[in-house]
Amino acid sequence: MDANSLSYSLELVAGSGCILNTEQRAALQTSLIILKKNYKFNRVLFWGKILGLKEHYFIAQGRRDDELKDTQHFYSFNCIDWFLIPTTTTEMIEDVSKTAKGRFEGDPSFVYESRQAERLDPSVEESTTKVTEETRLAVTVHHINEDASVVPRGAFINSTHGVVQINRSFGGLSNTQAGKLENFLHFAQPKNLKKKSLLEMADLNPALDFLDPLSEDIPKGSWSLQFESANKVCVIRSLLWLGLTFYHVPMTPLHGFIYIGYGTKNLDLPFML
Amino acid sequence: KEAEMDGTQQVSLQVAASFKAFLMKSSSKSNLNLYDHLSRLLMRVIEERPHDVVDVMEDLSHDVKLRLYEDTQSSLQDLQQTTAAEELAEQQKVLFVRPEDAPEHEFELESALPNVSEIAYFLEQAGVGLGREEMQRVFLALKQLVSSYTMQRCRLWGKILGIERSYIIAEAEFAEGEEEDEEGPEEVADEEAREVDAKEKMDPLPQSTYKAPPVVPKEAKGTGANKFVYFVCNEAGLPWTKLPSVTPAQITVARQIRKFFTGRLDAPIVSYPPFPGNEANYLRAQIARISAGTQISPQGFYQAIEEEGAEEEGSSEDGIEENPEYEGVPVGELVDSLSSWVHHTQHILQQGRCTWVNLAVKTEDESNEEEAEEIEEDPDEPEPEVGPPLLTPLSQDAEIFETVPWSSSLSSTLTSQHAIAIMRSNCWPGACAYAYAKKFENIYVGWGLKYPGDGYSPLLPPPPQSEYPSAPEITEDVDPTVEEEQALQDALDEKQAAEEAEEGDSDEEQDEDDD
Repeated sequence: MDANSLSYSLELVAGSGCILNTEQRAALQTSLIILKKNYKFNRVLFWGKILGLKEHYFIAQGRRDDELKDTQHFYSFNCIDWFLIPTTTTEMIEDVSKTAKGRFEGDPSFVYESRQAERLDPSVEESTTKVTEETRLAVTVHHINEDASVVPRGAFINSTHGVVQINRSFGGLSNTQAGKLENFLHFAQPKNLKKKSLLEMADLNPALDFLDPLSEDIPKGSWSLQFESANKVCVIRSLLWLGLTFYHVPMTPLHGFIYIGYGTKNLDLPFML
Repeated sequence: KEAEMDGTQQVSLQVAASFKAFLMKSSSKSNLNLYDHLSRLLMRVIEERPHDVVDVMEDLSHDVKLRLYEDTQSSLQDLQQTTAAEELAEQQKVLFVRPEDAPEHEFELESALPNVSEIAYFLEQAGVGLGREEMQRVFLALKQLVSSYTMQRCRLWGKILGIERSYIIAEAEFAEGEEEDEEGPEEVADEEAREVDAKEKMDPLPQSTYKAPPVVPKEAKGTGANKFVYFVCNEAGLPWTKLPSVTPAQITVARQIRKFFTGRLDAPIVSYPPFPGNEANYLRAQIARISAGTQISPQGFYQAIEEEGAEEEGSSEDGIEENPEYEGVPVGELVDSLSSWVHHTQHILQQGRCTWVNLAVKTEDESNEEEAEEIEEDPDEPEPEVGPPLLTPLSQDAEIFETVPWSSSLSSTLTSQHAIAIMRSNCWPGACAYAYAKKFENIYVGWGLKYPGDGYSPLLPPPPQSEYPSAPEITEDVDPTVEEEQALQDALDEKQAAEEAEEGDSDEEQDEDDD
């Protein structure tokens, strides 16, 4: 959610149970402006919070010209001092998937270890993989962005130069549109779009429909769409990443998402529907 | 020279006029023309003066066309449709209306309703809650609930999120005997089932030898897991629904399954092992489990009631009361040590009840009545299950999946002298408690699911029952091969030859006959 409308936006997603207290809100308002200035961002978003056992990671996202690719993430414990989260590589993702288990500790230098004996080849000795919690944090944030960041259709434009920018003339979805999952898109590099047939592509507007819609996610029903706050706000919750809440006030350009959760994927989803 | 000038001017005017005529040519499809469109567009730009107008020109142009269309349609009016938001607003309006017969100022000292705005303030400090406005609406709805029933105490238990809608849950305590019983329908259903059985006896089917394990009896209202009564509603302002009381079987099954709530109380629960009941029962079972696991208070707030007759641990069920001499535990201590917090709700045993009941005794009674059945494996008196007693400190909670069961924190690091102590359960994500001075409160906002650890593995179905006893008469042998038959034949022949040799010469004649 945009740092400029933080307080209002937080009220809209409060239905999920997590709110920030006044001290944290005030601190964020101050520190995010400084963050924006220091890193020369176009805008700064409050991304969310990952709850650790000892401390909680507050996470902010900075965006430059390209809203989709040109982003950086930061974490903080006190909402004032922000530390850069490293960019993820495929190696990091692999290592983290092998080692990291359970809850976040709340200490970025905490080391996860895993020993893996090669079953097929007994001559190879046990290999140990070590991963710090900072790496895990980076990978988790990356996964959540890939799987669960949501924007309403039309809020962003893919310009002719291939740069993704805010659509200034986006006036919000209508009430009927907001009730349908097709009108919400994954804000990440599309995966299924190129596989579509020409017939399906015919109706799409290349400037607006450059992302995958939520309705095509597998398994079906991995999103929960509701109207909250006296039926005025459209709220979408991810059931795959419990804690991710997206909000959009129909007929206004106001939208955004926040993640407040444990940073673990809900792998039991198929059993739970 | 002037004539020449006039000539060129005239030519250029002519060109301009012809171009204007081209622009004003209306489209065969929309009956619009570019001239009017451009002039409308420019008029709009002049009127509105948008920032960086050249970038949004296309959209503006599109918008101008759309508006034109809207204008022509203005004589037709939209059909008024009541939206869900409007309906809800009508229902919520009742919450804000002060009843006319109410006295000017209500200074009743004894009220079932807690000081809600104070709780909301502290919860916001703790970082949980539903948002200020929503909280206010929920508390007004609670007030409505309190006024419609006569209850001793009532508080906001929390909120459970569902896929389609969410549940707001209120916990109420009734004074003894004030609550009406609704046990009727279940027994009727049982009787119906028996009638069906009777009909089937006309043409008896093979009887199953399966004997269901004895059903653990439900706890009486006002005790154990059914100590409180829970009311739910989907949105503040909608009518409250009372949840049925929970049975041990429901708790046992709820422990084995992992399902999201849908938000409809009558939704069926499709699961293995099958859950006895619908979503209302599942919700109630989860509430009971969450309450038992996460309702905590600072040590000393409650004290055990000292009764003369209560020596046994099992019999002192509701043996706690508020300690009038409670002075409050310092916040620092609450944050630092888990032992300064205690559970004030009874632990639910493996059996699904808070107090253990001996099932073996009961089955014996039943079998005596029925005569026909005898219990062969005369039960050695089973070990009674004993849970931790009430007011057990949190430091004795078991670790789950190598995770500490509780995380404690202060609400503020900058002004820690006025901060409140917050406890978050790691076992039930979403459960939270705060304490400050003499006050404390528990709340749960979440999906109603326990922390799964490494992942949920569903219960496997039991192995299939064997159809018949395995014995040599009914086991099939492998057919012998030709070689084996040949070998056997040879062996028999040899044997016969040997016998013949033994019998000697006397039978020679017979031999010849055989050949």
